[in-house]
Amino acid sequence: MTQKLVVIGNGMAPGRMLEHLLEQAPGLYDVTIFNAEPRVNYDRIMLSPVLSGEKTYEQIVIHGDGWYIEHGITLYKGHRIVSIDRTRKIVTSDHGVTESYDKLVIATGSVPFIIPVSGKDLPGVITYRDLDDVQAMLLAAQSREKAIVIGGGLLGLEAAAGLASRGMDVTVLHVMPSLMERQLDPAAGYLLQKAVEERGIKVICKANTKAIIGDGKVEGIELDNGTIIPATLVVMAVGIRPNAGLAKEAGLAVNRGIVVDAGMQTSDGDILALGECAEVGGMVYGLVAPLYEMARIAASHLAGDRTPAFVHSDTPTKLKVTGINLFSLGDFAEGDDREEIVLRDATAGVYKRLVLRDNRIIGTVLYGETADGAWFNDLKKKATDVSEMRETLIFGQAYQGASTLDPTAAVAALPDDAEICGCNGVCKGKITGAITGKGLTSLDDVRAHTKASASCGSCTGLVEQLMTITLGDAYNPAAVQPMCTCTDLGHDDVRRLIKAKGLKTIPAVMQELEWKTSCGCAKCRPALNYYLVCDWPDEYADDYQSRFINERVHANIQKDGTYSVVPRMWGGVTNSGELRAIADVVDKFEIPMVKVTGGQRIDLLGIEKEDLPGVWADLGKAGFISGQAYAKGLRTVKTCVGSDWCRFGTQDSTGLGIRIEKFMWGSWTPAKLKLAVSGCPRNCAEATCKDIGIICVDSGFEVHFAGAAGLDIKGTEVLGLVKTEDEALQYIVALTQMYREQGRYLERIYKWAKRIGLDEIRRQIMGDADKRQAYYERFVFSQKYAQVDPWSERVSGKDKHEFRPMATVGYSEAAE
Amino acid sequence: MDMNWIAIGDINDIPLRGARCVKTPQGKIAVFRTSDNEVFAIEDHCPHKGGPLSQGIVHAKAVTCPLHNWVISLETGKALGADQGEVRTIRVRNEDGTLSIARESLMMAAE
Ligand code: SRM
Ligand SMILES: Cc1cc2nc3c(=O)[nH]c(=O)nc-3n(C[C@H](O)[C@H](O)[C@H](O)COP(=O)(O)OP(=O)(O)OC[C@H]3O[C@@H](n4cnc5c(N)ncnc54)[C@H](O)[C@@H]3O)c2cc1C
Ligand code: SF4
Ligand code: FES
Repeated sequence: MTQKLVVIGNGMAPGRMLEHLLEQAPGLYDVTIFNAEPRVNYDRIMLSPVLSGEKTYEQIVIHGDGWYIEHGITLYKGHRIVSIDRTRKIVTSDHGVTESYDKLVIATGSVPFIIPVSGKDLPGVITYRDLDDVQAMLLAAQSREKAIVIGGGLLGLEAAAGLASRGMDVTVLHVMPSLMERQLDPAAGYLLQKAVEERGIKVICKANTKAIIGDGKVEGIELDNGTIIPATLVVMAVGIRPNAGLAKEAGLAVNRGIVVDAGMQTSDGDILALGECAEVGGMVYGLVAPLYEMARIAASHLAGDRTPAFVHSDTPTKLKVTGINLFSLGDFAEGDDREEIVLRDATAGVYKRLVLRDNRIIGTVLYGETADGAWFNDLKKKATDVSEMRETLIFGQAYQGASTLDPTAAVAALPDDAEICGCNGVCKGKITGAITGKGLTSLDDVRAHTKASASCGSCTGLVEQLMTITLGDAYNPAAVQPMCTCTDLGHDDVRRLIKAKGLKTIPAVMQELEWKTSCGCAKCRPALNYYLVCDWPDEYADDYQSRFINERVHANIQKDGTYSVVPRMWGGVTNSGELRAIADVVDKFEIPMVKVTGGQRIDLLGIEKEDLPGVWADLGKAGFISGQAYAKGLRTVKTCVGSDWCRFGTQDSTGLGIRIEKFMWGSWTPAKLKLAVSGCPRNCAEATCKDIGIICVDSGFEVHFAGAAGLDIKGTEVLGLVKTEDEALQYIVALTQMYREQGRYLERIYKWAKRIGLDEIRRQIMGDADKRQAYYERFVFSQKYAQVDPWSERVSGKDKHEFRPMATVGYSEAAE
Repeated sequence: MDMNWIAIGDINDIPLRGARCVKTPQGKIAVFRTSDNEVFAIEDHCPHKGGPLSQGIVHAKAVTCPLHNWVISLETGKALGADQGEVRTIRVRNEDGTLSIARESLMMAAE
């Protein structure tokens, strides 16, 4: 018969335990989880990347809602268990839900420690533990004001780096003389402090907080030496305490944490505890590796196999701040029985220290270069006698035996039982075995099957090297297609990081996102230029040197180096005055070809570059502006004659087309954008193969999108039906803005829509009035800066150099 | 006046990561200025189908042709990557920002 298993807390430890349990003994238990946090199980470790904007919450979810449904698990979100009745074997939540159990697992994690100073309860003082804290910090960061982080340990520094990258002015207060003193010796602490300060973060060590000051909300901090530091946000990251109160009230044995034996059993035979709330062998833990070990053991005991027992092992510490590499492991205090080996390279900012006892490594501190961490960890774990290689030990594995510069050689040389993923305790043999045994070819597959690199991600490089070694050329490390060879990041990551980090120039993007080339290439520069124009319409200065020639000189280059000029003819409508002006320009500049385009306007082809400003000046006098026939931007809005003339016309399709074109001209988009408005379903303007099209009907306007009629041919999809012209305009503009913000450079709207999903687009544009309005307003805002006719700008002298040779030489010499 | 060099203008006449052309009786010469303020000159004629290289995007010491995206090295005039071809390079001198091209380059072009 199935037994009832109740789990209190839905953090990383019980999440992992359930995975093991479902694998080992599926169907044995009917599982119910209560979680005080109103959400599913997510990767708490990755909150810092969410804070800094490198990841989104959705990307760090471990078990989505579907997982619970699939496994028939009941999850009470936002339910805190307030009592455990051990005699009746019942738990009760703060919302009054009760549930009986056969087996109970307590996994309540930790609570952040709050220093007991006055002002600690003021609004604006927060801790750093869950997604709510991150959201509170993000909200505070919008003010771009001052923040103080109390605590210079792992959490404090990650919070500080995240807040700084969100634009806050951050000061870190640390009581001890150097940062992360529990994991780093003073030399590495010093290098770390320098690196943190280089990010614009102020660090004050030996800082003792006396009080948090403020009237009704935080205004600053007073130190015990009298210094006052102003701030609107205070993050306390001074440590954690096992969350064992509930267990204590229930009468379980509690010391620092809930006391459990090596099989995770508490003083009550039907209750287990694991995770940060548990104390095993007198130790409590705060990193996931030992918690995952507890999860494995608890699952096994629940499944009926009581043999596995928890054994203590040291876990390496790494800091997840992009660009800072540090690794610390074991015991590195000084002592008479110890020797040490130190390597410093000041220019490279590298510091390495190994602490040995009896010729065995007992502690390691690596700063700046941490690639050998896994190897040192392995030597320590196996207590290998290192006397043979003492001389070269500190230089790392590559220097042992035959020296080689191949970066994968070091990984290749690791023994099969060397630990690669510290968080999940996955060794090399397990990874390579899974790759060959299960035919895995992508990093995501390896993560799914082995859990390696699935938690904090700092071993991703090692795992990828293993894939390269095992699969050879069959492995293509880029799960996401990088933008170009200048970066490993894909378009979406770059777009997100530009926003998250507030990057506003091309050099800033290249610096912050660690571009591999000095100034990019012809693939990434135009893309970056578009992303910046789109994201910061008022602040970004368009970089013409990063535009393709057509957009730089506002005309289309032809095969012979001449240009073509296409003026706007709103909605394809013209008149005798315009036609006369065109005729005059053609005569004056002896333009060899005049053609009606497929976009309902006139193309003047074969114009010399130097003549362009002259041609534009004359066209401008007749009222023409650029047709942007060259732009990754709004091209044409084709129309048919509509209700004004046509016997079938249901609405004024010509008028609406002109109105849309006048509203949207000048806007830049990821790829070109072509619209059309047809007056009835006979569709003479071919609206159903355009990027966006409108079919007028008696009852209103049917908005279509995502068609194609170029390299691919594809009929449009219906977005929805609206009643008025005003609505039609608003919906089209909102859709365009959504595409502008999400599309990858050169991705036409039909490809973007396929990637995002038609339903999602309909949901946001048709179903969500607030979203639609916000998109619309952002488009209107950016048009203020975009609707400048580039031709008249050039006629009045902008970029003169583009249209003239720098010099004309050699004619007199040749004549000599 | 130095008879072996012909002045063509000032470095600031060329945008950073940009190019200008110099007209000569033997055809156009494209003069480039990189992001590090280095100056190079090559014939303004892509080895592929004659595209005007002066109109391309300049990155590091290379230019991408505006017609079909061949990448040409400004130092050697050779096509980079998988493409095969070469364009003539022209010696250019930069004296405190004043640029000149070697007179011999015109002679050679005339040959
Ligand atoms: C002039 C024109 C042909 C004509 O004489 O009618 C034309 C000319 C060119 N088209 Fe087009 N297209 C023209 C209408 C079209 C249409 C029809 C339309 O707009 O209703 C299409 C199919 C609809 C579509 O865009 O999907 C069309 C699909 C393309 C494509 C394929 C795009 C695709 O994503 O599948 C390209 C290639 C590209 O953009 O990479 C292209 C590229 C070009 C380029 C820009 C090729 C180039 O890179 O030099 C041509 C520029 C010639 C010039 O200098 O003017 N042209 N082109 C038309 C100008 C319309 C206008 O007034 O602005
Ligand atoms: C910002 C940050 C960065 C970190 N970085 C790293 C890292 O790089 N490497 C590493 O190894 N570790 C890291 N950690 C630590 C790691 O996240 C924790 O060790 C791990 O998440 C603890 O797991 P747990 O299951 O014990 O508890 P938690 O994940 O804390 O889960 C406990 C859950 O129980 C719920 N709960 C509490 N009381 C009740 C109740 N009475 N009823 C119902 N539910 C309750 C809580 O709401 C919470 O959701 C980091 C932690 C943070 C906060
Ligand atoms: S179809 Fe378009 S791209 Fe092709 S030759 Fe004609 S104008 Fe040029
Ligand atoms: S002419 Fe230069 S790439 Fe074709």
